[in-house]
Amino acid sequence: MKSADRRVLTVAGVLGVLLLGLAVAAPGFFQLGNLRDLIVDNSLVLLPALGMTAVILCHEIDLSVGSIFGVCCVVAGGLAQAGFPMPALLLLIPLLGAAFGALNAGLVVGLGVPSMIATLATMVGIRGALQWFTQGAWVNDLPAGFQWFGLGQAAGQALLVLVAAALWLALSWMFGQVAAGRALYAVGADADAARLVGIRPKAVVSGAFVSLGALAGLAALLSSARFTSIQPSAGTGMELQVIACVVVGGTSILGGRGGLTGTLLGVALLGVIATTLIFLHVNPAWEKAIQGAIILVAMLGARSHSVDRLPAERPVAGRVPGKVVRP
Amino acid sequence: MPLLRAADIEKHYPGVRALAGVTFEVEAGEVHALIGENGAGKSTLIKIITGAVTPDAGTLSLDGELLVDHNPQTAKARGIAAIYQQPALFGTLTVAENLALGLEGAGLWRRVDWRERRRRAQELLDRVGARIDPDALAGSLSMPEQQLVEIARALGAKARVLILDEPTACLPEGEVERLFALLAELKAAGVGLIYISHRLDELAQLADRVTVLRDGQYVTTRAMSQVDKPELIRLMVGRELSGESNAPARPAGAPLLQLSGLGCAVNGVHDVDLTIRRGEILGLAGLVGSGRTELARILFGLTPADAGTMAWDGQPVRLETPAQAMAQGIAYVPEDRRRHGVVGPLSVTANTALTVLDRLAKGGLVDARREEDLAVDLGQRLDLRAASIHTTVGTLSGGNQQKVALARWLAAEPELFIVDEPTQGIDVGAKSEIHRILGDLAAAGKAVLVVSSDMPEVLAVSDRVAVMREGTVVGTLARGEATQERILALALGGAEVVG
Repeated sequence: MKSADRRVLTVAGVLGVLLLGLAVAAPGFFQLGNLRDLIVDNSLVLLPALGMTAVILCHEIDLSVGSIFGVCCVVAGGLAQAGFPMPALLLLIPLLGAAFGALNAGLVVGLGVPSMIATLATMVGIRGALQWFTQGAWVNDLPAGFQWFGLGQAAGQALLVLVAAALWLALSWMFGQVAAGRALYAVGADADAARLVGIRPKAVVSGAFVSLGALAGLAALLSSARFTSIQPSAGTGMELQVIACVVVGGTSILGGRGGLTGTLLGVALLGVIATTLIFLHVNPAWEKAIQGAIILVAMLGARSHSVDRLPAERPVAGRVPGKVVRP
Repeated sequence: MPLLRAADIEKHYPGVRALAGVTFEVEAGEVHALIGENGAGKSTLIKIITGAVTPDAGTLSLDGELLVDHNPQTAKARGIAAIYQQPALFGTLTVAENLALGLEGAGLWRRVDWRERRRRAQELLDRVGARIDPDALAGSLSMPEQQLVEIARALGAKARVLILDEPTACLPEGEVERLFALLAELKAAGVGLIYISHRLDELAQLADRVTVLRDGQYVTTRAMSQVDKPELIRLMVGRELSGESNAPARPAGAPLLQLSGLGCAVNGVHDVDLTIRRGEILGLAGLVGSGRTELARILFGLTPADAGTMAWDGQPVRLETPAQAMAQGIAYVPEDRRRHGVVGPLSVTANTALTVLDRLAKGGLVDARREEDLAVDLGQRLDLRAASIHTTVGTLSGGNQQKVALARWLAAEPELFIVDEPTQGIDVGAKSEIHRILGDLAAAGKAVLVVSSDMPEVLAVSDRVAVMREGTVVGTLARGEATQERILALALGGAEVVG
């Protein structure tokens, strides 16, 4: 079995055991209201995690996703106050996110800045600009039609979850069945070799960053619609949560391996754990530490059955280690 | 009209003339062998034909039609395929996908047909006779298996010109037979095959014609049936270059390091018996991939030996980490000086101090004054041309960088110096200075092991030459016996030596 599949099964197994344990220890967890909140909250994590999976598959990283999310929240609120209708926002806000994604892509692909540095710069820069622009003030007095898109809470929540589920399905299909999706894997595995088979790695990497920006924008809009006011600090720390979900879900930080089934499970696992800690009355201060421990364990698990090898010694003519298949 | 013609190809790299007016043709339905020593220009010529490198001058034509805008993609579209010694597959993707990526179009928005991919992969793998699961990850395959996947890919590409660069280098015997049968099939189907190999016996079996390159220049093209192996070796070496050793005679000292039956499964070195003496320069010759660098890495504890024994001054010794090797008195100046030999962004001073920080330190802090004194002293001994000892090493010329790499180890005052390709890519003047430094070390009673692909260099500096082939030392030639022909004959597995 391929190691990526095994990772997915491992995460699914851990999630299953956790849910079983909860059924015994804290049956209150399965109350309808709790489950609904869990799914709604984590749908908003899943959206940027889909894009982050694409970026990490290309062997890049994006630390600016939380800042893009924040700026999109504030702009969405501002435009809503200015009277823009919801359908227009549904177009404009993801476009704004995509524009920030394009900025990241330009820095990484165009100027050759390592993505860790480029997106660290845009993360700090965008957040700083946002704080300066808003002076820390919340966006209040949102028009009535903004909250839950004017649909009411139940329908609004359903819409939000449906959008996330539909995008997950569509992108899962694309990652597996469309050449552009497979190109993410090829570029992440070996960008030079990808170029030699006619793939343009720069276009593929740019596409991943722009998609992540657009998905962060969409998540920002859907998230803002849940509340009556918007804070300029929205999305702070989101980048780490999203990266953690993708990596726990088995996508290799070295690129070229993983996928969206794992990302969905990663989001679910970390989401369930966070809620579990509340149910078990664990001091919230411990939440991050426990998440960190889980990421570490997931990484160790990945190491033990990974096909990654250290850069192999160049084999010498006639004496090659490893098995030989004789026809 | 030839199928493919490369005419008057020239290619210069900084300081090196890789190809000087080389013309090469291959007919449809022909196996045309391309041979030459390391650095003769074969790889550059191949890269030009596959579009990976653009020539400075000269033309390529296919079916008499001039090829313009030649790059890896257009070369592929024109039916030019290559199989390299080192397979270049996507390790985290399946075999089927690896084959498909090389064969399908490059459009980003097309649907992927996995069933068709698997069926096609199975068909191609069957044709090359490989029992490989199309769903296996390429990274989990052994090197010979990966090579077979590459061959399957070239088959699938319906190449008109197929270049094979040392395809048998890591294939076991049975696979070689099968490969030859396949190549015969392709030849019968009208494919033009360019075949590069150091295994001259194979060529006699396979090739129709052979072209010899030497030092970037075209030597000759002959019908394979018209030349024998000694003649080919003579053509590759060139008579005028076949010099005797010209190192000054030095009395050989006591054995410093004795290897017996030494081997390491990881990097393919096996059954090495060799003695390195004090006060001598031992040259280590052999073709690329023969295990020279790998042996050097074993001695420095980078890839510890798992077979055989080593004795240092007669005492058994184990070298399992570079730290142990350094403590024993071994220095290793690696092949890739920019990556491993010097720390480019640091100053000359910081570089030379690196191996002896503990000696320079007082109470945990490095004494800047002693650090500078050391750099000045070494700089003078090696005649280092740098603006100052504070100059950043990365800005120096290749020759001076190499001196810094040597200086760094001189500071540690080792007994055994291992230098890998000490003069690669540096100019003639600096080269002779480095040879002088190595000679001085030997004269001072140190042992020096010089790994080099540059045969005149090996002959010029060595007191003895050990020749490696396929992971082991196949012979040792004393100063008087060593000539280019004899070294090459040993390295190739020539008639006069039974490997």
